[in-house]
Amino acid sequence: MKLQQLSLFLENRPGQLHEPCEALAAAGIDLLTMSLADTSNFGILRFIVRDPEAAKEVLEEAGMVVRMTEVVPVEVDNKPGGLARALAAIEAAGLGVEYMYDFGAASRGGKAAIIFRFENPDVALAALRAAGVRVLAMEELLAK
Amino acid sequence: MSTWNDPPGGFHPISAPDYLPRAQLAGIQLQRLQSVVSLAYDRQALFRRRMDERGLAPDSITSLTDIAKLPFTVKADLRDTYPFGLFASPMEEIVRLHASSGTTGKPIVVAYTQADLDVWAEVMVRTFVACGLHRGDVIQNAYGYGLFTGGLGAHYGAEALGATVIPISGGNTERQLMVMQDFGVTAICCTPSYFLHLIESAKEMKIDFSKLRVGVFGAEPWSDSMRDRIQHDSGIRAYDIYGLSEIIGPGVGVECFEQRGLHIFEDHFYPEIIDSETGEVLPDGTEGELVLTTLSKQAMPMIRYRTRDVTSMVSEQCACGRTLRRIHRIGRRSDDMFIIRGVNVFPSQVETALLRVEGTLPHYQIVLTREVGLDQMEVKVEVTPEAFSDEIRKLEALQHQLEASIENILGIRVKITLVGPRSLARSEGKAKRVTDLRNL
Repeated sequence: MKLQQLSLFLENRPGQLHEPCEALAAAGIDLLTMSLADTSNFGILRFIVRDPEAAKEVLEEAGMVVRMTEVVPVEVDNKPGGLARALAAIEAAGLGVEYMYDFGAASRGGKAAIIFRFENPDVALAALRAAGVRVLAMEELLAK
Repeated sequence: MSTWNDPPGGFHPISAPDYLPRAQLAGIQLQRLQSVVSLAYDRQALFRRRMDERGLAPDSITSLTDIAKLPFTVKADLRDTYPFGLFASPMEEIVRLHASSGTTGKPIVVAYTQADLDVWAEVMVRTFVACGLHRGDVIQNAYGYGLFTGGLGAHYGAEALGATVIPISGGNTERQLMVMQDFGVTAICCTPSYFLHLIESAKEMKIDFSKLRVGVFGAEPWSDSMRDRIQHDSGIRAYDIYGLSEIIGPGVGVECFEQRGLHIFEDHFYPEIIDSETGEVLPDGTEGELVLTTLSKQAMPMIRYRTRDVTSMVSEQCACGRTLRRIHRIGRRSDDMFIIRGVNVFPSQVETALLRVEGTLPHYQIVLTREVGLDQMEVKVEVTPEAFSDEIRKLEALQHQLEASIENILGIRVKITLVGPRSLARSEGKAKRVTDLRNL
């Protein structure tokens, strides 16, 4: 299942990361997982929350530029070679990975979850299923 | 009047001089030029001295082309004679003073007799009529009231037109938007950069401004691309107006429905374009410095005042039917120009370059620095929700597109820095586009 990921534009100056986190905190919104991409000039904070629409509203009200993108949570074996196997399947399916990051909170029972951003998430979903790679649902990610 | 073909609004008799046959207009201009030269010669010591030095007297003016013999007046003359040295009327006849907010040293002071104020209101009525406004329109006047000529100039013009004026002055965006929605505002007067800020905020606050149909924008140079963006984003028609305190304030010239250049109210202000190096008068179509002579001003006549604004005259008659000649919109003010690595740059050129790239709003700031003897130009551009991507390479591509677009127009490479929304200061008056940290 696809997930809605939020991304935020961050300028390269102190306080830029703190501000959005503070706004989310004030609204009682929990960050499930996140990743920060940085360049010499700016950064992009990408993150996943339970209710992306609500979080988007909170951040936009605070005057930030927010974007919602579809990402795909993939299950891999939590042991050496687990990620490599999933990537081999992705490569065999001819899918390009824009970026990926770990969903640590969802790791359990010898399995780990990785968030993938593919250029075309729908094509990716079908290809992953065909290749026997398990795609997770939001409930599975949240189950403790 | 049969030539009248502006959009609905109806003809206002006060606009009749806009449509005079050229020969008749020239007759009025010559007669007024002769009297204003006599007045200045009699009452302005500085002008008299310059005329005497050239062996000229008021009767040297026998045709309109003789104006080229007359000495220029420059901004420094107003500073040097501060505060009242160029007044041509006794204080008993002067009913209003305005002053510029001069950034360096003393401001410049300008004066009006009652007759001058009447002319000012008249040219502002003609301005509003050209923008398609009429009795029944609700005009929100967000130009600053006070010493600045913008607020009161637009105010009295709007009243004389018979429209409903809201004298809200500048600032307090939330109140501006509340008034706009609740009072059913149909037209607004402010700087184009402040209007951009207003519509941005209006969309955020879900303010209904659907009754607004006209913007009367001036007091700072702006580009055609900026106009396209404003008209597209807000659904209003955005008109450029031109004026300066030294001449009268707003009301020197205005665009009509055609939006192809600004008609100058030539029966009151005589325009010339000169080569700013040699002072020679240039033919129509050639770019140069705009020089204006006030033909009817009493309290403070200005003979051949050098505006430092760069434009050219349009010779063809306008499709709107007005016989008044037009100048191309002023995107460049010599005062705003800066030189970087030997290249002359106007902020409006940067604006045009930025707007050529999809997905950027014209909120930008130019920062000039000098690093190890080399001038650096950085342009900070705000990222919009449309332009923002979760992928680094797309944002970097945007940055490169902006750099390429500027290099294309200016011929120099500059550094583009993407900044967050609203991180650049919004001006409620004239936008400050350039920060020069070079300590030249």
